[in-house]
Amino acid sequence: MSDLPLIQADRAVPPPAATTTKGGRGRRLRLLSRTDRVVITLMVLVPLLLVAGLVWLPAVATVLLSGTNWDGIGPISEIEWVGVKNYDDVVNIYPPFVPAVQNNLLWLAALFVVATPFGMFLAVLLDKEIRGSRFYQTALYLPVVLSLALIGFVWQLIYSRDQGLLNGVFGGETDWYGDPNVNIWAVLVAAGWRHVGYIMLLYLAGLKGVDPSLREAAAVDGSSETSTFFRVVFPVMRPINIIVLVVTVIESLRAFDLVWVINKGRNGLELISALVTQNVVGEASRIGFGSALATIMLAVSLVFITIYLWTVMREGKR
Amino acid sequence: MTAAVSTGRRRPVRPARVALHLFLGTVAVGWLFPILWAVLTSFRSYEYTAANGYVSLGGWTVDNYVTAWRTAEFGKHFLNSAYITVPAVLLTLFLASCVAFVIARFSWKLNIALLGLFTAANLLPQQALLIPLFRMFTEIPLPAWMSDSELLYDSYWGLILVNVAFQCGFCVFVLSNYMKALPHELYEAAMVDGANVWRQYWQVTMPLCRPALAALATLEVTWIYNEFFWATVLMRTGDKFPVTSSLNNLRGEFFTDNNLVSAGSVLVAIPTLVIFFLLQKQFVRGLTLGASKG
Repeated sequence: MSDLPLIQADRAVPPPAATTTKGGRGRRLRLLSRTDRVVITLMVLVPLLLVAGLVWLPAVATVLLSGTNWDGIGPISEIEWVGVKNYDDVVNIYPPFVPAVQNNLLWLAALFVVATPFGMFLAVLLDKEIRGSRFYQTALYLPVVLSLALIGFVWQLIYSRDQGLLNGVFGGETDWYGDPNVNIWAVLVAAGWRHVGYIMLLYLAGLKGVDPSLREAAAVDGSSETSTFFRVVFPVMRPINIIVLVVTVIESLRAFDLVWVINKGRNGLELISALVTQNVVGEASRIGFGSALATIMLAVSLVFITIYLWTVMREGKR
Repeated sequence: MTAAVSTGRRRPVRPARVALHLFLGTVAVGWLFPILWAVLTSFRSYEYTAANGYVSLGGWTVDNYVTAWRTAEFGKHFLNSAYITVPAVLLTLFLASCVAFVIARFSWKLNIALLGLFTAANLLPQQALLIPLFRMFTEIPLPAWMSDSELLYDSYWGLILVNVAFQCGFCVFVLSNYMKALPHELYEAAMVDGANVWRQYWQVTMPLCRPALAALATLEVTWIYNEFFWATVLMRTGDKFPVTSSLNNLRGEFFTDNNLVSAGSVLVAIPTLVIFFLLQKQFVRGLTLGASKG
């Protein structure tokens, strides 16, 4: 699924051909024949219409709907503009909102403080020339090929109160997925399990792109391995560091599948994404209200998407 | 995968190496453990584990697989996944490569905006777009021969389109970077030979992009196969659910029997695991394409 956001193209070293300037490789469109221009237009237009229609149009519509009182049933002409009332309601009279924000932030903190650095650390270890590196890598990123929904099921075998491994070994009575005081932590372990492998993979690829002569030079200067990493390698990897962090934020914001398969994001597992979904496909169809929640998600994610794009585009240009 | 070039000095201190292997080995086994546990549980009978606890050995059986396959109708759901995944992946790669080609081949003032528009679309939280999209899908009619719901909602077509729309951005981004690295002379030669734009795309560029396309195809197959959210909210008929989303329905049936749950989980994981072990290199390259020099 697309919860794995992309992470491409922070080329450590741009390939020579990519450095052509305007007028070099690029040709002006007006120099082309008519057929060619029609072909080019179609090649861009068809995918563009699809993405604009199914992604950007709904995004704009969400923002607009968040200012209305539409119930989703009546005709569009009866929509009334209510300004920021929905946002006011979300914040003030919607009990799950505060826990959802807290859980999203907790999710972010757990990935950011524990899973992401651990993934980076493993990548650094695996970047050394060691035997069996391939086995270690494979084991670590195997969870990445599983869907998050499936991961929810796999971990249930460990967390289940009566049939789970944890209680089987330690003899407790904790319902890890059901108890609202602990379930978010249980879920975070499962989410982190997958995130670590993903970050490890991305970071390892980034490390391989670091010019080896930099390290050699540092080694010649008598720099220790640790200080070489922090003083030379880490700064050089700035673009991938930023991307890894943005990916972590976006993953935390988009977290959904895991809690949805467990209990549809209730009872301790509230997340903003689950609340939006509950307001649309759940029993209560409150469009304007749900849109306000969705707009909050959009706004937060757009900030980080912008940082991401800025980073990758700038690297691509260099 | 080759390990990166190290500083080139073989350290005489062996204990550090041993500690490193011990640490990595422990982490790796710990990481594999939940999956191995699921596999182990799936091969044991419920009666045996209920009597002796899950932390025991014995009660080996393959009945869980037989029961899970039958009660959950996995055959049907795997087929549904194929109906959605195969066209969606092909269409994504085709449309994305068209856009990527134009972005990489021609300098045009809207290139950056176009690339940003596609790339950002892949990163937006899907739930934030659900409300209008849900409504749109319930308004758009389809002829009865295309979907028995006669709507885009609750049809394979709707899911294919939404997956394509969301995955396009990622592929445009990767492919345009890849295509930008192709030598410019190729196109000059092609133009001397009188090749029009379409032939430059289809017969010159696409064959050269085969490695990137293979990597992306592998990745997209796993992602679209694993896709859970859209299928959950844009489908209504349980029979039409792809296998990943049907898991949630199965849960009710398997409620009290973790051995069955694990057999079901293993069955759902098998296609991605097969792809992963057969095409591991492609999978990893797809994820990291562009992050390294290769």
